[in-house]
Amino acid sequence: MSDKPRLAVFKFASCDGCQLSLLDAEDHLLAVAEAVEIANFAEASRDITPGPYDVSLVEGSITTPHDAERIREVRRDSKFLVTIGACATAGGIQALRNWKDVRDFTSYVYANPQYIETLSTSTPVKNHVEVDFELRGCPISKEQLIEVVSALLHGRRPNIPSFSVCVECKRRGTPCVMVAQGIPCLGPITQAGCNGLCPAYERGCFGCFGPMESVNAASLTGKWMEMGVKSSDVVRALRTYNAYAEPFREASDAIAATE
Amino acid sequence: MPSPPQSEPRTINVDYLARVEGEGSMKVVVRDGTIEEVEFGIFEPPRYFEAFLRGRRFFEAPDITARICGICPVAYQMSSAHAMEMAAGVTVDGMLRELRRLLYCGEWIESHVLHVFMLHAPDFLGYESAIHMAADHRELVEMALRMKKAGNRLVQVLGGREIHPINVKLGGFYSVPSRADLQSLVEELEWCRDAAIKSVGVVAGLPTPQIEMDFEFVSLRHPSEYPFNEGRIVSSKGLDIDISEWNDYFREEHVERSNALQGWLKSGGAYHVGPLARYANNYELLSPLARKAAEDAGIGPVVNNPFQSIVVRAVETVFAIEEALRIIDAYEAPKVASVPVIPKAGIGHGATEAPRGLLYHRYEIDSEGLIVEAQIVPPTAQNQPTIESDLRAVLEANLELSDDDLQWRLEQSIRNYDPCISCATHFLRLDIDRG
Ligand code: SF4
Repeated sequence: MSDKPRLAVFKFASCDGCQLSLLDAEDHLLAVAEAVEIANFAEASRDITPGPYDVSLVEGSITTPHDAERIREVRRDSKFLVTIGACATAGGIQALRNWKDVRDFTSYVYANPQYIETLSTSTPVKNHVEVDFELRGCPISKEQLIEVVSALLHGRRPNIPSFSVCVECKRRGTPCVMVAQGIPCLGPITQAGCNGLCPAYERGCFGCFGPMESVNAASLTGKWMEMGVKSSDVVRALRTYNAYAEPFREASDAIAATE
Repeated sequence: MPSPPQSEPRTINVDYLARVEGEGSMKVVVRDGTIEEVEFGIFEPPRYFEAFLRGRRFFEAPDITARICGICPVAYQMSSAHAMEMAAGVTVDGMLRELRRLLYCGEWIESHVLHVFMLHAPDFLGYESAIHMAADHRELVEMALRMKKAGNRLVQVLGGREIHPINVKLGGFYSVPSRADLQSLVEELEWCRDAAIKSVGVVAGLPTPQIEMDFEFVSLRHPSEYPFNEGRIVSSKGLDIDISEWNDYFREEHVERSNALQGWLKSGGAYHVGPLARYANNYELLSPLARKAAEDAGIGPVVNNPFQSIVVRAVETVFAIEEALRIIDAYEAPKVASVPVIPKAGIGHGATEAPRGLLYHRYEIDSEGLIVEAQIVPPTAQNQPTIESDLRAVLEANLELSDDDLQWRLEQSIRNYDPCISCATHFLRLDIDRG
């Protein structure tokens, strides 16, 4: 075993997109592999070694009894545990089951529901164990990923902005799509991280990076409805990849209750 | 008669397969030289996409289904967009159609290069990973990373970002690139084309296990194009159907060892989707350089050795790069970024060629554009029975190997399919036999 810091990557219920960001960091991959020992990263390597690990990146939400157990083991084995992406940080799109009866879901999808072991909810990692840092996004930004890994390895606090997507649009010089074109946009209540991507492509933000901390979603959703968006469509817009994250969840539940 | 005393079985068990996307396992049991059990298991937890798509707006399907797979989101966006457009009676053509092909080229390039060099080549050369391989073959890994980056860059320019692109819309795109945007990619793609041709030679020269299978190859076929988005569904054994006839000819089965439904032809057998199938069914439609690369590599128009799928993936990479260059060369920005798609009650089908093979979607929508029913059949689910029959054949032919070597060979055999287990699990449904 080398004396380099040991990095691990774990997957729970997810699409693999967030961990793929690491392999997609083509310019950094070999450098990262030189700076750390990739001790456990099944998607990339057969060489899987047991913990402890210095930094564990966790992708995916907790949806099965077995995974609820496994995340505790990961926590025990990890000095720093970083959740990567909306699934691990907020429960992901699969958290839509939290508003439904999962038994109906299982029998809709599978002929033999008795073969399937599943929990009735999809929950973020932080509901199960302590998390040291959370990276937002569906998917995460690979620049933010590289920043977090290098900050932790150098013992400094990662520099990840917590302002809204609106700030990124202004910096990028994109005219506001809501003001200029009347396109409903979640940018005002969504955390930055995508570099104001959708408005630059003439589309409203749909909330990949989840709600900003302690944001008041109601004033924005009120504005959407003034623009003529049906309340059921506002609920849908809030219930996607970060549906179960607190401010989005409260706002969608409040509107759904009035329907 | 008392049964003869049985010897201890020889068991090879891999609880967590590496270098595949998602969570899968493998188990084989051999007793007295006889194979007792061969299992390719999928324990990835289900995410129930088809269930929660019900009640969503039809135009949300491309973004939502993209989240089934971070490695081939474009495939999900394309199959769902085409299905919804069919339900609404809309056809997307001209430059918008070309741009969709171009986006798919980008996904094939990044996904194929990822698999060929980062996930599969290490098997042939005896490395645990591409990173281990880079210690001895740095130039090769750097070349692969550069090619992969160019594929990702193409998806990024056209789609906004490489994982879960944001620019695909029913009817076309939210905004279209300028000619200059695409021209800026040309120089790097030209470098890639030469690198891809070189890589066909490299992978064809890898020490390759020999085995011949009798596959039924299923893929799209289009009269004039190597298929991405359109065509009839054909097989190497005579199937030739419209995509809307899918459920009449294919069935899905739920078995205990897998959270993914297995695909079968109703007429009986297992079948094979993916690069080998597309290649066999569409060889004459490959671009000239791709065909020449295949010829130079010494592979014929039909490849029945699954271990040579790595060569065919490399050939398809050459094709995707040439095709991207062709589209960019002829590109003029269309006047509108999308055509209107007005919902009406109906059923739509979408079948496109994901990097790993045929991806079928079927939706029923109501007059408001709400999704009533969703069915998604990903390539890896379809390949499960074939992966198991390959395992059996490879096992039979290699019983003399040590346990470690045998395990290695069997894992390599699973990776021939570039299995995407995240995909396979997330799409299952109850109505197996809609007959
Ligand atoms: S957050 Fe999004 S991109 Fe990341 S694993 Fe989950 S579904 Fe995939």
